[in-house]
Amino acid sequence: MKSLAGTGGLIRLILRRDRVVLPLWIVLLVAISVSYVQEYGDLFPTPESRVKYASNAGFITLYGELSGPSLGEFVTWRLGFVPVMVGLISLLTIIRHTRVEEETGRRELLGATVVGRHAQLAAALITVLGANLVLAVLLALGMHSQDLPLAGSVAIGIVYAGTGWLFAAIGAVAAQLTASAGAARGIAIGVLGGAYVLRAAGDTSAHTDGPLAWLSYLSPIAWAQRIHPYADNRWWLAVVLLAATVLLVITAVSLAVRRDVGAGLLPDRLGPTDGTLGSPLALAWRLHRGLLAAWTVGFALLGLLFGGVAEGVGDMMRDDPGIQEMFQRMGGAAGLIDSFLAGVMMLVGLIASAYAVQATLRMRVEESSGRVEPVLATATSRWQWAASHLVFSLLGPAVALLAAGVAEGLAYGAAIGDVGGQLPRLVGAALTQLPAVWVLAAIAIAIFGFFPQASMASWAGPTVCILIGLVSAGVSTADWIRDISPFTHLPSLPGGSVSAGPLIVLLAIAVVVGLAGLVGLRRRDLPA
Amino acid sequence: MPAAISTEGLVKRFGRTHALDGLDLTVRTGEVHGFLGPNGAGKTTTIRILLGMTRSDEGKAVVLDGDPWTDATELHRRLAYVPGDVTLWPNLSGGEAIDLLGRMRGGVDKKRKAELLERFDLDPRKKARAYSKGNRQKVALVAAFASDVELLLLDEPTSGLDPLMEEVFREVVQEISDRDGRTVLLSSHILSEVEALCDRVTIIRAGRAVESGTLNELRHLTRTSIQAELVGPMDGLAQLTGVHDLKTIDGRVQFDVDTDEINPVLRRLTEIGVRSLVSQPPSLEELFLRLYEPEAVR
Ligand SMILES: Nc1ncnc2c1ncn2[C@@H]1O[C@H](COP(=O)(O)OP(=O)(O)O)[C@@H](O)[C@H]1O
Ligand SMILES: [Mg+2]
Repeated sequence: MKSLAGTGGLIRLILRRDRVVLPLWIVLLVAISVSYVQEYGDLFPTPESRVKYASNAGFITLYGELSGPSLGEFVTWRLGFVPVMVGLISLLTIIRHTRVEEETGRRELLGATVVGRHAQLAAALITVLGANLVLAVLLALGMHSQDLPLAGSVAIGIVYAGTGWLFAAIGAVAAQLTASAGAARGIAIGVLGGAYVLRAAGDTSAHTDGPLAWLSYLSPIAWAQRIHPYADNRWWLAVVLLAATVLLVITAVSLAVRRDVGAGLLPDRLGPTDGTLGSPLALAWRLHRGLLAAWTVGFALLGLLFGGVAEGVGDMMRDDPGIQEMFQRMGGAAGLIDSFLAGVMMLVGLIASAYAVQATLRMRVEESSGRVEPVLATATSRWQWAASHLVFSLLGPAVALLAAGVAEGLAYGAAIGDVGGQLPRLVGAALTQLPAVWVLAAIAIAIFGFFPQASMASWAGPTVCILIGLVSAGVSTADWIRDISPFTHLPSLPGGSVSAGPLIVLLAIAVVVGLAGLVGLRRRDLPA
Repeated sequence: MPAAISTEGLVKRFGRTHALDGLDLTVRTGEVHGFLGPNGAGKTTTIRILLGMTRSDEGKAVVLDGDPWTDATELHRRLAYVPGDVTLWPNLSGGEAIDLLGRMRGGVDKKRKAELLERFDLDPRKKARAYSKGNRQKVALVAAFASDVELLLLDEPTSGLDPLMEEVFREVVQEISDRDGRTVLLSSHILSEVEALCDRVTIIRAGRAVESGTLNELRHLTRTSIQAELVGPMDGLAQLTGVHDLKTIDGRVQFDVDTDEINPVLRRLTEIGVRSLVSQPPSLEELFLRLYEPEAVR
């Protein structure tokens, strides 16, 4: 087992590097999941109300078919998106500790010490598989503590961990295929997205007795979901997931044997001899276009989904004062569907602020990688360099929000036969989020300008706002806490009334904070 | 002719580290100036100040008659820079990176670029992530040499090159210096490179210039080592100024002498009477090692 030498040390290194992130996502996902039991038990006390809620075609596309009306089954169904997140986190973590290490050359540094050739992959897999196991145990205990049956609680733990394991293994395979971590991530996330779409298409087709129900059987996400916790607890499907994981790990290892450190199996394509790029903006476009495309497509899908389910949600809310209250706390507007759409818009805006921060921090990535030096040593000024990136961190979210608004307007408009009326309303509602998004982007600029080493702290902005948004939708929250988030000060659209005052104040804050950050950037050492 | 680069009393602190501690540096227009010093001496920090990337805490720097901090953009049209650790955009091919940097500086000479690619034996179509350290360095070198500038700032530019490429690098630097009259500041660790290329050198240690001058001037600072078989007793030798480490091995005396003080010492030796004598010429290596050492007193 010489090829595994040093695995233990590498595991410790991974645990040390991820000592915050790893426990954080485990605890967060368990806490969210467990909290749903109480929340949805209160909102939907009777089996009839649960079945009614779950039979909406939009929800079936999003979460699949409800296996039965008991509370455990209902909560498991409603949590259907969490295993997908577990899968996503797992594959990203694997790629981060394998291919990224190779791409940056750190692997070579370690490889020269007493570390076997499979140690890196083994360490990453053991860590991620172990983390998923911990997640499953905590989740089973948490669910059981909410008076749900033990067997079902173990089964939902396996649904999470099984999905996590399988996609960790897919991440491991993808990491062998290409030399670039970005491309490996693309492949693995593509498989995850494909599995989700297959399940969504299959389940929707099954619901309408269509001919494509079999598509679901191709999707590992559907395999995990059909374990049906709290219903028949089909353990044999857990064995299927485990077997698939083992097969994929074997594949990854046999691929790893066939390639050199740093190389991929798929050859790197050659680029052009001469370049067409000639300006900071052209370079920024090259660096940002992938991110922009991915976020825009994601936002359009989000818009389609929310627009598609809006009408059904409206029907359901009419019968249910509890949900009405929840959406009115989120949106506050008069019309039921409008208040749902307004709540969704805020959610979309919050997600857009994460994109804004990510795009802004690209500047820090350029700085700490050393790539900013050759650029600033040309006739490019710091202003020009920063401006070329800020075009994307400020206008990128605008494009993504526009896509969400258009998609939502088309989907909802088509559902109620009023595209002409809904499209402009929802596009307007989506773009109204921008001042709040820009405030968070400006804070990121300021942190980058004045405290570059603390740039990651910029993520606190979206995180705090998302937490405030989630918490205040669930329970009534003190005003001063809600007021911290710029999103609280946006008009509730569609449906609410608009006053220019708060929007202008938010824009002014964004401009002042952002410009201050640029002044800080002009005055400091770069790179620092 | 005014100096291409001059600094006076540059100070730069990073927290409690004094990266630069009163650095004086003068690079004359048209010369190739070697910039030597042990790791952490402050070479990179100096070059970053000259590029307006880092701001000095005290002191004055003038580059091509401009202030590197306030006039950075205009100055950068007239100079090119090769960092010691070149990182490139993984998705861009080498050729794209060269053209990008060249255009942002003000233009690329296509013919010159093709010629340099050929001489440095670099495939410009490969993506940057597929390049080794040496190849990434070649990309930066081609981009710098292909641009029409007055001044080149090269920070340990050959640390990843193989001996063959190192030779090409020397040829090209010599060409741009002799033929085009460009000024070059070359930070380096490689003595043979400095000896082959540099008109003058500055040696820096712990953020200060400890020595500056032509290589010949510096040779005077070195010691010649002498072994001699003497006819008489070695009276009075140890008392002469400039004699170090005097010892006797098998009846032969052996010592080092400061090159400046060699004449009185030789006179004394002939007075005593010499049967045989071996002298080792001063070596730059020895000088550098001596200046690099932390306890070297100057
Ligand atoms: N950004 C920085 N932050 C803190 N210390 C630094 C920074 N840059 C350089 N230093 C320190 O300044 C000193 C000089 O470094 P540098 O100029 O890189 O030396 P050289 O290039 O001669 O090897 C070193 O002690 C180094 O650790
Ligand atoms: Mg250096």
